[in-house]
Amino acid sequence: MSGVSGSASNRPLSPHLQVYKWGPHMLVSILHRVTGDGMALVGVPLLVWWLYAISAGPESYEYFLSWFNWGYIGYIILVGMSFAFFEHMYSGLRHFVLDAGAGYELQTNKMWSIAVPLAAIITTGAMWLYIVSKNIL
Amino acid sequence: MGSGTNIGRVRGLGSAQEGAHHWIVQRVTAVSNLLLVLWLVFSLIRLPNYEHGLMIEWLSSPLVAVPMMLMLVSIFWHIRIGLQVLIEDYVTDHGAKFGLILFLNFFAIGGAALGIFSVAKIAFTGVVA
Repeated sequence: MSGVSGSASNRPLSPHLQVYKWGPHMLVSILHRVTGDGMALVGVPLLVWWLYAISAGPESYEYFLSWFNWGYIGYIILVGMSFAFFEHMYSGLRHFVLDAGAGYELQTNKMWSIAVPLAAIITTGAMWLYIVSKNIL
Repeated sequence: MGSGTNIGRVRGLGSAQEGAHHWIVQRVTAVSNLLLVLWLVFSLIRLPNYEHGLMIEWLSSPLVAVPMMLMLVSIFWHIRIGLQVLIEDYVTDHGAKFGLILFLNFFAIGGAALGIFSVAKIAFTGVVA
């Protein structure tokens, strides 16, 4: 970049690509992408298959359900997708606040970055406690 | 076109006044996803069971079929924009990028169409006695 203009060579090099420390804001950022893409590629195709299977008749629906009786794989997918939804939801709400230009102060940003995954875990846990207590699955 | 300041050199070369379109649509569909998927979650966990007959009866109601269809439109629109960002960030080869975004459009529109048609079929053919 040197030689472009006189002032460019004096510009600070920070943030340097190799010198950084992990923070909760990085975790919540990558989780937003992972959960969003996970739902897009796994959860939503399953949702459409579910609707198609219901429309196609009882045998088709039984076949759909049989894929979830494969040991604990059904629960892993359903709990995983519900966590993905709540994580993406709370993270998305955080993004609305950031889009408004608020919440960039270091301590505030750190606090909400920690709160988002915690809220997602608590909400997922509460929902599954409710499901287990009702004994509907 | 100026040659002095940075803004002078780029003024008139860029924006067609629609650069923020995807950004805004992603937020509009985020709000509708928030409402409609929360509706789905609360509706699903309040059902007494998930047997086929009850599913048909439940989905036959306009107050279930309509939000379900709206949710599919909202979700797949959000997915189309979201996965496009993923592809643009990680796929550097222009041909592969073009092909994947083309396939993504087929996936989003095809998925939404299959889901909506399935709900419509359930809603219009009604309760199986």
